[in-house]
Amino acid sequence: MKAAVVVFPGSNCDRDLAVALRAAGAEVSMAWHKDDALPAGTDLVAVPGGFSFGDYLRCGAIAARSPIAAAVVAHARRGGYVLGVCNGFQVLTEMGLLPGALMRNAGLKFICHPAALRVETTDSGFTEGYEKAQTVTFPVAHHDGNYFADDETLRRLRGEDRVAFTYRDPVNGSVQDIAGILSENRRVLGLMPHPERAVDAAHGGTDGLAMFRGLVAQAVAA
Amino acid sequence: MKATVTVMLKNGVLDPQGEAVRRALGSLGFEGVEGVRQGKVIELDLQASDRARAEEEVRAMCDKLLANTVIESYRIELA
Repeated sequence: MKAAVVVFPGSNCDRDLAVALRAAGAEVSMAWHKDDALPAGTDLVAVPGGFSFGDYLRCGAIAARSPIAAAVVAHARRGGYVLGVCNGFQVLTEMGLLPGALMRNAGLKFICHPAALRVETTDSGFTEGYEKAQTVTFPVAHHDGNYFADDETLRRLRGEDRVAFTYRDPVNGSVQDIAGILSENRRVLGLMPHPERAVDAAHGGTDGLAMFRGLVAQAVAA
Repeated sequence: MKATVTVMLKNGVLDPQGEAVRRALGSLGFEGVEGVRQGKVIELDLQASDRARAEEEVRAMCDKLLANTVIESYRIELA
C-alpha cells in the first residue's frame, strides 16, 4: 500500500504519521505542499496535524488552497483513501471533502491529553478493525476542535452512519461530541484525536494501530 | 480602491470568544452588555477602479478564501 503524507509549512505530525503507516506495512512518501501531483500509485493520502501556515486566517484555510490541494481533492473524488488528523481534519473541511467546520474550543484553552472515544461505526476501512461501541484512547492536542455542523448536516451524518468517533466525555464543545466523521463514500476520514500517537507501547497505548493496519489491509485487498 | 471585508460568525453559531469577552466586560463592571460577537476585518488595496467589478471580485475572494461560509458571513465595503 502506497501512502503519501502531505507536508505544509507548520505541519508537525507528518513524521509521526509516516512512522505509524510504515509500522503497519505501508510504503510511505512525503508530498510537499507546492507539488501539484501526488506520487504515482498513491492509495492513501494522509494530511497531518500541526499548524499549517501558522493557522493564519482560519485553521487549515490556506493549506486547503495550496497547490497539492487540487491533487488531494481529485484523489478523493476518484475514490481514493484520505485520512486527516487534527489540523488535517481542519484542512479536509476547508477543502470541502468533509462537511462542517472546526471552531475554537468551547473552553477557549488548548487541550492536550488522552481522550476516551467511542467507535461509532465499523463500516469503513479506517474503523473495521474495531468493535462498534468499543472505547479507544487517542491523545487530543488542539485549540480548534469544536466540531460544528448545521442540523440538516448532522441528521445526514447520523442517518448515513458517517460519525466515526465520538468523545466519551465532552472535551471541546463539539456538537453531539463528534470527534471524527466520514465522507459519503466512506473513504475520507477526518478526526481531531491522534491515532498516530497511539501506535507504540511507549506512547502509553496502541489503540491507533488497528486503524493503520486496517487501511493497509484495505489497499492490499483492493 | 480600498475594500474592507468584515467576517463574522453566522447568527446561531455559538461564539465562545465573544462570550468570554462579554463575561470579562461584566467582571470589569460594564453592565448591560447583552451579547458580544467577535469577528475579523480584512483590508484590501485593489488596483481596480470599476466599483461593480471590484465588488464582484472581492465577493469571489470571500467565497473562495476569506470566509468559511459554513460558519461565517461577510460584508464588503468599498471606498
